[in-house]
Amino acid sequence: MQGNQAIAEGAIYAGARFFAGYPITPSSEIADECAARLPKLGGMFLQMEDEMGSIAAVIGASLAGAKALTATSGPGFSLMQENLGLAVMGEVPCVVVDVQRSGPSTGLATKPAQSDIMQVRWGRHGDQSVIALCPATVRECFTLTVQAFNFAERFRVPVILMPDEIIAHMRENVVLPLAGEIEVIDRKAPGGTPAAYLPFKPDDDGVAPLAAYGGEYVFHVTSSMHGTDGYSNNDPANAAWRIRQLHEKIDRHRDEIVLTQSYYTDDMEVLIVTLGATTRAGRTAALEARTQGIKAGVLQLQTIWPFPDQEVAALGRRARTVVVPEMNFSGQVAGEVQKALGPGADIRRVNKFNGTIITPQDILDVMARPAGVKSERS
Amino acid sequence: MSHATGLKYLKPGVLPHMWCSGCGIGGMLGALLRAFEELGYGNTDTVVVTGIGCTGKLDDYLVTNALHTTHGRALAYATGIKAFRPRLNVVVIMGDGDSVTIGGNHFIHAARRNIDLTAIVLNNLNYGMTGGQVSGTTPEWAVTSTTLYGNPEREFDICALAATAGANYVARSTPYHGWEMKELMKRALSKTGFSLVEVVSPCPTYFGRYNEMQETPEMLQWLGERALPVERYRSLAEAERKNYFPVGTLVDRDEADFNTRYDRIRARARQQ
Repeated sequence: MQGNQAIAEGAIYAGARFFAGYPITPSSEIADECAARLPKLGGMFLQMEDEMGSIAAVIGASLAGAKALTATSGPGFSLMQENLGLAVMGEVPCVVVDVQRSGPSTGLATKPAQSDIMQVRWGRHGDQSVIALCPATVRECFTLTVQAFNFAERFRVPVILMPDEIIAHMRENVVLPLAGEIEVIDRKAPGGTPAAYLPFKPDDDGVAPLAAYGGEYVFHVTSSMHGTDGYSNNDPANAAWRIRQLHEKIDRHRDEIVLTQSYYTDDMEVLIVTLGATTRAGRTAALEARTQGIKAGVLQLQTIWPFPDQEVAALGRRARTVVVPEMNFSGQVAGEVQKALGPGADIRRVNKFNGTIITPQDILDVMARPAGVKSERS
Repeated sequence: MSHATGLKYLKPGVLPHMWCSGCGIGGMLGALLRAFEELGYGNTDTVVVTGIGCTGKLDDYLVTNALHTTHGRALAYATGIKAFRPRLNVVVIMGDGDSVTIGGNHFIHAARRNIDLTAIVLNNLNYGMTGGQVSGTTPEWAVTSTTLYGNPEREFDICALAATAGANYVARSTPYHGWEMKELMKRALSKTGFSLVEVVSPCPTYFGRYNEMQETPEMLQWLGERALPVERYRSLAEAERKNYFPVGTLVDRDEADFNTRYDRIRARARQQ
């Protein structure tokens, strides 16, 4: 099965019954699969007129009670950003798949990249927080899509699944989980009387219950700053509370949200921090390094945002050298690793930004350099 | 028999409203809420979707379900709501900027898709909220804050656009025609498929000031003189029509709406 197909299967497993999207390489197979599957399940596939409309329809359907998703790539994801901000502001659960391809602009439209790390986190105007996950295998395409829906529903927040093109188009044998094997979480429904329902009044866990249009609860959602009742509210104290709450509902649950995998790290002296396709090159490089007497280990970031800074710090401080391979020029992940480890750490970047894959040898070459030699970007 | 007031859909204590004296939004909202009441709409089964601009402030006055969205995208949000929950009454209220300028693509595709939404467009011929800039419906040669020497571009005919794109119901009214406006809205709301009521109501604060209609009576007079019932308008010779625009029901047809068609798709998919 292909990565993109596994994402569609994972979405259906999680209960998604609404897809709205616009065709774009290299994400189109997700739309194709949803178009084939959802109508049979009583759901809907809706091809919208553009990406702005796609994410808007997803948000509308979610407020009507659907688990909903869209899938796109860099250029389309850029177009979605403004409306994605509404999903943050209105606390609307939804999943956006951004299959990362090479840019800027149309770039190398069919080639892989990992250069949307910051677009995912900071692409929208205003101050806010989102959750982003990145799979490294076809099975993870499935499981992390289920997880993406769970986080979206649990925290009333858009979740971005950001596979690179390599993983999205890769085919692997995969045994899909049976029904019930992975937990599926649904949004918290309101419990009190309709008259007392406040759609933006958080419970003790920091998240407010969400009704659906058409049920007994009547409610307002707005892109404008609003109070707990969902009506516009320009009071500075309220605005400060809202902005803080949008961040804190994620921050206080970061241990639950941050997912990582580590390989061969018990005795490691060199740590390779990876995401997506670089996990595969990183694991091979680590095993190869061990045959040369270098004890290398791998920390795979499955959650990209909130950034796994504590996990990077815990392992990174035990290593003499930290290598960060990523398919972009500017070291978008390496910068975060630097923040987590502080000044003085021997952090080595491996950057590839020509649309080709990072190989184990690329990582080994950088690992073998003496400390203090600045790496050249290839 | 008592007349419908529509007051039960208004949030208590919100009046007087925020719109400028002479603006048609209040009258449009009054007509719409009376239409809701006469059709027996409930708050739970109704969602009002708005965009950005002067009309985009309207949701804050209502006690129905509401979704206040981004500029130009209201129809796309509403499409998601209606597509997933077809039994809801989904009403989208926009200005001329929202509907046919920044959001023109969603407008023509919602009409083409014939999704069962009711779009109410308050066409005030400019961008009021931002200070009276030219929009896609500002008449050719008219003066605005960004066309001080006249508008070099031609204006969209919103109704013609919806009709051509495939809407099931298209009507036009003005604040000069309060009772008829409500009746047209009732027909639009009752119609299955995409329906549009355009309410032509020049912005008195900006468009009016720049174009010699600053006082409300002047604006109403302008509307009264130019708006002709559609039958009369159509009876005019082509050359005479340019000084007038038609009001009333312009298109009324019953092609299958999107959700009905999609149910057929589900049935086909299940057979395969």
